[in-house]
Amino acid sequence: MIAVDNIHKSFNARQVLKGVTLRVEKGDILAVIGGSGAGKSVLLKHIAALIRPDRGSILVDGIAVPALRGRQLEAYRARLGFLFQGGALFDSMTVYENVSFTLHEKTRLKEKEIREKVYEMLGHVGMRDEGDKFPAELSGGMKKRAALARALITSPEIMLFDEPTTGLDPIIVNSVLQYIKSTHDDLGFTGIIVTHEIPKIFSIVQRVALLIDGTIVSAGTPDEIQSSDDPVVRHFLSGGDDGAGSEKP
Amino acid sequence: MLDVIFLPVRQLGSVVLGMIFGLGRSGMFLVYAMALIFVPPYKPDRIIKQLRFTGVNSTFIVLLTGVFTGMVLAIQGYYSLNKFAAASLLGPIVALSLIRELGPVLSALMINARAGSAIAAEIGIMRITEQIDAIEMMALNPVRYLVVPNLIAGMIAFPILSVFFDLIGIYGGYLVGVKMLGLSEGSYFGEIRNMVTMKDITVGFYKSVCFGIIVSWISCYKGYHAGYGAEGVSKATTESVVVSSVLILVWDYFMAAFFF
Repeated sequence: MIAVDNIHKSFNARQVLKGVTLRVEKGDILAVIGGSGAGKSVLLKHIAALIRPDRGSILVDGIAVPALRGRQLEAYRARLGFLFQGGALFDSMTVYENVSFTLHEKTRLKEKEIREKVYEMLGHVGMRDEGDKFPAELSGGMKKRAALARALITSPEIMLFDEPTTGLDPIIVNSVLQYIKSTHDDLGFTGIIVTHEIPKIFSIVQRVALLIDGTIVSAGTPDEIQSSDDPVVRHFLSGGDDGAGSEKP
Repeated sequence: MLDVIFLPVRQLGSVVLGMIFGLGRSGMFLVYAMALIFVPPYKPDRIIKQLRFTGVNSTFIVLLTGVFTGMVLAIQGYYSLNKFAAASLLGPIVALSLIRELGPVLSALMINARAGSAIAAEIGIMRITEQIDAIEMMALNPVRYLVVPNLIAGMIAFPILSVFFDLIGIYGGYLVGVKMLGLSEGSYFGEIRNMVTMKDITVGFYKSVCFGIIVSWISCYKGYHAGYGAEGVSKATTESVVVSSVLILVWDYFMAAFFF
């Protein structure tokens, strides 16, 4: 279980997170939705231990994440997969080298086994024929799918997705979301998806949290969120077409 | 009123504290990376790749600057020595200048300009595009993966290229002194053999190893802590070249004084 309690984070004078609290049960996927600059990616990086909070606690299966150092931190991250917003593919490596990187570095698999595993994964994201290409030769959507394949290749227990479908066309969006769902069904990972993909995301997650201006203003099941009477939630889900006239009434 | 008086003092204090923090952080970065050299797993393929990039790909520029440095030294040396009727000492003057001083320093400056700047830019781009974060998320240590191979490659490539610089420089001096100005070949090389000692060679060796560490350390550190966007990478690259160059010259003085 992921338990985030009252975390605060400031960068210079700007306070980005102002007491975020949320829970993700083991095996569930939580979607974090909210406006741009609300702190969604920063929240995700806290859980990945890439950023440490100024205040508050983050527990993953009882482990205090901000306190992890050295080998304990490595062991924690070995359980994680992270899909970065921009893909973060190694630009000096081909798609195949990117996806196989962790397997080469962290496992004792033979090259033949790695090749089979990588091309199977690339097949899942529709990129079986793009293994020899460099990131610079790929479109934005292909980069995202290659990054998704790289993040999932080690079958992580916890998956953190930072806007996995931003910049993709609607057909690819559907296929990526369905792939995340089917992988989740197969592997049973605990996941957090930061996304703007409303309402499509509601069909693949168990819970939704709305993060606005550094705080969680509402959380619940997709049905609860969609039927919420909270004016902030209604305003956000309607994309500002409810006449409220501001992001946070 | 008091604010107006104390503002410059506060700003000065902030700058000094920033410098002390930067020095401490960069020092810890070097100590950590040096310690990781001795901790397995080792990355021979990364080291070979960096050796090719820092060493092999810098060979041409080092040879080119080396031959012209030797030729200039021979012309200027001949002009000065001839005034004291000591032109026969041209060989040792060229060789000692190159082996003790100019070989390590100039080759380091050239490698810094060519490879150091590229290393800072490459690691800086990896930082701003979250590639370093991606390495961390794979439960790998980015310092081990990115910095340690550069340090090892620097410690190996710099002395070798410095030797190349010395040899081609001595040959350049020979072309000018013997072939152009008419000194005897025997006296040029004979006096070098008589006057250049093992200590001169080891001084040059120690210097170039230190310069290899300095350039790898500063270029990796600046790239690793690059700021945001293209401007951050550009600033990191510039600072890397400037700081490395200054440190090479400063450290050269202290080593020259120590080994005098």
